[in-house]
Amino acid sequence: MSAQNSNSMGTTYIVYAVILIIAVIQVVVAMAMGPSLGRMLILAVIQGYLAVMFFMHLRDEKPTLRLALIPGTLFVLVMLNMIWADSFRLMVMRPFAK
Amino acid sequence: MEHAGHGAGVMEERPFAIPSSKLVMWLFIISDACTFGAVLFAYGYIRNSAADWPLVFEAGSIWNSLVMTFILVSSSLTVLFAVKAARSDDRAAAFRWTLITAGLGVLFTVLHIREWLSLIGEGARMFQNPWGAPMFGAAFFSVTGLHMAHVMGGVIALLVVGSGYKAGRYAFRHVEIWSLYWHFVDLVWMFVVPLIYLLNMKR
Repeated sequence: MSAQNSNSMGTTYIVYAVILIIAVIQVVVAMAMGPSLGRMLILAVIQGYLAVMFFMHLRDEKPTLRLALIPGTLFVLVMLNMIWADSFRLMVMRPFAK
Repeated sequence: MEHAGHGAGVMEERPFAIPSSKLVMWLFIISDACTFGAVLFAYGYIRNSAADWPLVFEAGSIWNSLVMTFILVSSSLTVLFAVKAARSDDRAAAFRWTLITAGLGVLFTVLHIREWLSLIGEGARMFQNPWGAPMFGAAFFSVTGLHMAHVMGGVIALLVVGSGYKAGRYAFRHVEIWSLYWHFVDLVWMFVVPLIYLLNMKR
């Protein structure tokens, strides 16, 4: 199946509006309740998912392509989280227990 | 079917059913996503480990970032119009939408540079600022500078491909492939705004 054939422009307009609404919600929530990292990231991930699946049409590609691209990228990004322990160590300025 | 004809009977079916150039763009995008991920993690690391991280962005900067989001997401829509026109072989319309997309990219860059100049005017530099942790400038200018470089690179690429498509030098798939890159630039901004602007908002 050719990418984009199954994706009508109607869906694209809806996704466009939803992404912008989420962006406004992000700002309003951050101003009203304070910017929580968790809340901000969840909203950004939803925006990113919509952009990749509907704007970049990854949902119209073969599942093998999604399988080749997504898990490897997520693995690298998850593995990057190993840095946090060291940044917390710097915050309290003491080495890990020996 | 590009490989029909010579050798078609013995060649293995392409596993992803996309042109190799499109696959290359996808591979570039995931490697670039890891690059941006690493830069954002590095920013998180130094922010987390600094005792006096400054919260500098006033409401004006936050609303400015929202306007920039609106511009960039809208440019994703206009580049989709360019792809749609190119698929219909409407070369003039595809070029027109590509120009509009590039124009929105330039507008985004102008607003971003204005934001930079405002911070620089207040005393922010790469390794010093009047507010707190000196690495704030390095983090802010690196992350947003890398993104801005991608936007400017995308503007140039869109102009080259759009005009080349209009002149008949490029095919539909080239417009489609560079639209993927443009959407990726938009995608990165969706993470830059909350992590760089909203988390560093004055409270």
